[in-house]
Formats: sequence, structure tokens, C-alpha cells
Amino acid sequence: MSSNAPDTGPESFAFDAANAERAKKIMARYPQGRQASAVLALLDLAQRQSGGWLPRAAMDHVAKILDMAPIRVYEVATFYTMFNLKPVGKFHLQLCRTTPCWLRGSDALKQACEKKLGIGLKQVTPDGLFSMVEVECLGACVNAPVIQINDDFYEDLDPQRLEALLDALARGETAKIGSQTGRQGSAPEGGPQVLTGAKAGA
Amino acid sequence: MLRDEDRIFRNLYGAGDWRLAGARSRGAWDDTKSLLDRGPDAIVDEIKKSDLRGRGGAGFPTGLKWSFMPKQSDGRPSYLVVNADESEPGTCKDRDILRYDPHVLLEGCLVAGFAMRTRACYIYIRGEFFNEASNLQQAIDEAYAAGLLGKNACGSGYDYDVYLHRGAGAYICGEETALLESLEGKKGQPRLKPPFPAAVGLYGCPTTVNNVETIAVAPTILRRGADWWLKIGRPKNTGTKIFCISGHVNKPCNVEEAMGIPLKELIETYAGGVRGGWDNLLAVIPGGSSVPMLPRSICDTILMDFDSLREVKSGLGTAAVIVMDKSTDLIAAIARLSHFYMHESCGQCTPCREGTGWMWRVMERMVKGNATIPEIDVLEEVTREVEGHTICALGDAAAWPIQGLIRHFRPELERRIEAYRQRPQAAE
Repeated sequence: MSSNAPDTGPESFAFDAANAERAKKIMARYPQGRQASAVLALLDLAQRQSGGWLPRAAMDHVAKILDMAPIRVYEVATFYTMFNLKPVGKFHLQLCRTTPCWLRGSDALKQACEKKLGIGLKQVTPDGLFSMVEVECLGACVNAPVIQINDDFYEDLDPQRLEALLDALARGETAKIGSQTGRQGSAPEGGPQVLTGAKAGA
Repeated sequence: MLRDEDRIFRNLYGAGDWRLAGARSRGAWDDTKSLLDRGPDAIVDEIKKSDLRGRGGAGFPTGLKWSFMPKQSDGRPSYLVVNADESEPGTCKDRDILRYDPHVLLEGCLVAGFAMRTRACYIYIRGEFFNEASNLQQAIDEAYAAGLLGKNACGSGYDYDVYLHRGAGAYICGEETALLESLEGKKGQPRLKPPFPAAVGLYGCPTTVNNVETIAVAPTILRRGADWWLKIGRPKNTGTKIFCISGHVNKPCNVEEAMGIPLKELIETYAGGVRGGWDNLLAVIPGGSSVPMLPRSICDTILMDFDSLREVKSGLGTAAVIVMDKSTDLIAAIARLSHFYMHESCGQCTPCREGTGWMWRVMERMVKGNATIPEIDVLEEVTREVEGHTICALGDAAAWPIQGLIRHFRPELERRIEAYRQRPQAAE
């Protein structure tokens, strides 16, 4: 929690009706007395409701619902990288830095982001639109280099395509997720050599 | 080349419909009841006979693992947990199953869960796979609505629940006991073994953790028979496997092929060859970041299976092939991986928590050459001190890439150090 000081979050937090309903459904997946299993899912809901990050009050609310000691929830929130303990931008860029993406030019993407947005890692643009972090392997290595923005993967990027993507997001347009070169999933560029039969892809 | 009709994942690239109707047209959920009617023991025996080995990296015989589960309950329920926490650098195979063929996995959950007499299945999917989890949840809902899961699943008289559980960003949760801790709502820190999960797993109950691909191939093996599976691949390295080919190839891709396919054939046939041609190849990491790299001389002839790669002191791992051409700074490539393991160490065991950071810092100096020749031996020695001295295999995984680098490319490390010593004064 030390990295979270000062806590600038709201004094109080409670799930809205829709999230309270979702939380109930999620908790029902686990046996009686094992509701702590839902902690990751509930923290995720709380983070979404709080605009992309987890204020202390939200963690406390989750602890109360799950009958967990608050420290246990803080432990979890600080252990897993997808929980943001400080505010992030409306578009939270997660740049994959691990070797398969690095081999395909992830450093150039990072430079392009820095230049385009005028921010460094773990910073937020003054307008609150973009924030940027580096992450380890996102698990889309044959479509490297990859950036995750909020929930979506953007793949087969280069600096030009990335800049176009950021422009589109800044204009409020919906960007196409997945491969930015039009590849079909993890098939090779130009289309697959296998599974081309009518039945195969039916 | 493996024939399309022998491929299990016929929607690997998402060209077809991933929903129930599409999956059924490709053969999934076809009279699953008759598979279950064979009974748990017959299912486990058939999987044993097929020599299927786990697809998550370790290659443990699946049928044997399934047979460790109790046949009689002592009052505790048993669980099947599917490891969909795919995070091994280079690996993106389960992602395609989860998003494009989720019903193949779900049918596997029912069949495997039934064979191990489990009450329910949890699928633990990495948190970053948001859209994949969304598809999978919709597939689960479809399967319930169609009576394939839930009460009297597939009309078998067996009640079976499958639940999706999303992670939140932690490579270590791919380790099975860390995954169980995480599933219980705790930090993902691995447990000491024994007791093994088959005795004390999720919520203290007997549990088997299997990889997505392992579970997903099971129904097809049962339908077509172990003999069909045994004809593909090589002895003890049987069947098909999804390979992920990334890095410096002309056309990176995933492909399902036969186990034991020559590495060169895999790269040249499916991935458009090495960038600049085969002669431009420097090294390959053949099975995800945790296995030692191979120099080109070995890549010329090596077969892609568990035992062949073990013979050359590497491993098939997750079959994630990371290709590096001659433009690659290999020391920097491995230093990146050292950073990865430092970042992902759960911090529980001292050799790993301290060692991964130490190894990364030395690797960063090796990248510059700001080191001495004897320090290469010190680095190698430290990798040996981390390896085998931790609760889980993350320490080993952090050590092996560095060992592979030193084993095959020590002269490159020495050259870098020498060049740094000889650098012009002005560069300081």
C-alpha cells in the first residue's frame, strides 16, 4: 500500500445496483463459506465502477461483502498487476515488453507512445485521456508486438498504426480490435495453409 | 503434413462460428453421452493407452495423473481445475481454443471431470484475456441451456457444473498450486508439495489441474480411439500439438501439427521461414521462455517433442517457438526474460526473490559488457544455486534461459566484455 500514498480516493464506496447483482451471481459460483474466492472478480467490478482504479474505500467494501479482513484484500490488490492503485487514463495502455514482442519492435512502440502522448511510463496525460504502463507477456506472441488498451488487444502494430489507433481513440471513435494488419486471428499473414477446406472452418 | 481431418482444433483461426452451432458442425458434443456411458475407468484407461502427455509444459502422462484421483469419496468432493492462465512468454495457443473453440474445451471438462469423479470444474483464465473469457462464458451459458452441462449433463444422469474464474495478472498463477491459492482468493503463492493436489487441492479437496489443450483433446481421443492418436507423432510423444511460432520469421502463426515434426520443417512450412533465410538463423527458444535456447546447429535437425528436446538439454515446454535471427542481441533477449522472471517471482522463497533480481542486474551489465570474464562463471554458479532450491519451478525457469545462453553463446558474452574494456575513452 505504500506506493498508493496519498490516498486520493473517495471516503466511501458501495456497489451500484447492477454490480451488487453481478457480485451476488459471482459469489454463487463457489461453495458455502468459500466466498473469498470471488475477491478477484469483485475487485475487478469495483475497479470498473471507480473509473479504472481501486481506491481504499472500494477495497474495504469488497472486504466487507466477502467477510474478509481488509488486509487480506489489500494483499490481493497489491499482488496482481491488473489492479491499479492510482488513477489511470480513460485509455490505459499496457505495452508488452517481453522478448517475443521486443523481437518484433516493442521498443519502437514505447517511443512512439512517449512522443505522441508526451508522457512516460506510469503517467497520465493532463487531459486524463491516456495512461501508459509496461507489462510482461500478454500471451498473443504470434501477433507481436501487442498493446492492451483497457480490455482489448491491439496486435501486429508498428509506430504508424499505433499512432493512427491513438488518434482514433482520442477522437472518440471505436477502433478495430485484434490484428491491425487484418490477419485472421493467429493465422499467418496472407491466410492459413491449413484448415482451408469448406468443412474445416464451417 | 498433418491432414486437416486429423486436426482437433478446426476453428483455430476463428474462420468459423465459435458458438454451439458451429462447434457441433465440427463434431463437438456429438453423442457425448456414449463417451460417458463407458464409465470413468474405461475413459482413464483409454487416455493412458494414448500416451497423452500434458500440454502445459511439463509433459506428465495425463492418464496417470487422472488415475491419482480417489475412486471413493471420503466425504470431500473432488474438483477439476483447468489451467487457462496462459502466460509463458511465446505461448498463445490456449487463447485460440478459448476464443474460437470453447465448446471443445467444455466437452473435455465434462468428460475429464466425469472420468475423475469430480463434482465441478473451475476454469482459471488469465485476467488479460477479457474477450476470450467473454466467449467462454457465453459458450458455458449455451451448454447449460442445451442441457450439455448442469443437471443430467448430456442426458447421462450425471450432474456437472463448469465455472469460469478470471485471474488478475500474475504469471505465477500458472503454477498449479499458486493457481489454487489464487482460486481460493489469496495471493498466488505456490504451496509445498506434498501433499499433491490429488490429495489436498482446491478447498482442501482432491483436485486435478490440467492445461486447456490437454483437456480439449480428450474427447476426440476417446471418439477416434487411442490407436488413432498413437499413429500421430512418435512413441511416448504422441498426437497433435498446437505450436506457436513467433519472433523473426516471415509469417508468425499458430498451427496444429504432429508431435515430433522437425523444427526446420515447422518454421519453413508454416511460418514462411526465418527472416532472411535459414542461414540467417541465430538461435531458437523451442518451448516458451523457460526452456534453454538452441543454437542453429541443433535447429537444423531437432524434432519438436518432449524427449528429443530433452536430449539436447532443452524442452518442448508449451511448444512456443521463439525464433531469433542474426540481427538479435541474444544477451539482451535473455536479459528481457530475466526481467520477466524478476517481475513475476511471487517473493516467497529467498533464492528466487533475491536471485531473479540479482541475475537480471548482472544480465543488464552483460548486455553492456560492463563485467569481467570470471563473472560469467559466477552468474552460471548463481543460476545453479537458484535452480532446485525453491518451492516451485519459477526459480528453475529463471535459471535455464541464462544457462542456455552461457552454454551455447559464451564467446559472445566474452566478446561483449572485451569490447567494453577496449571502448574508446570518449565513450565514457
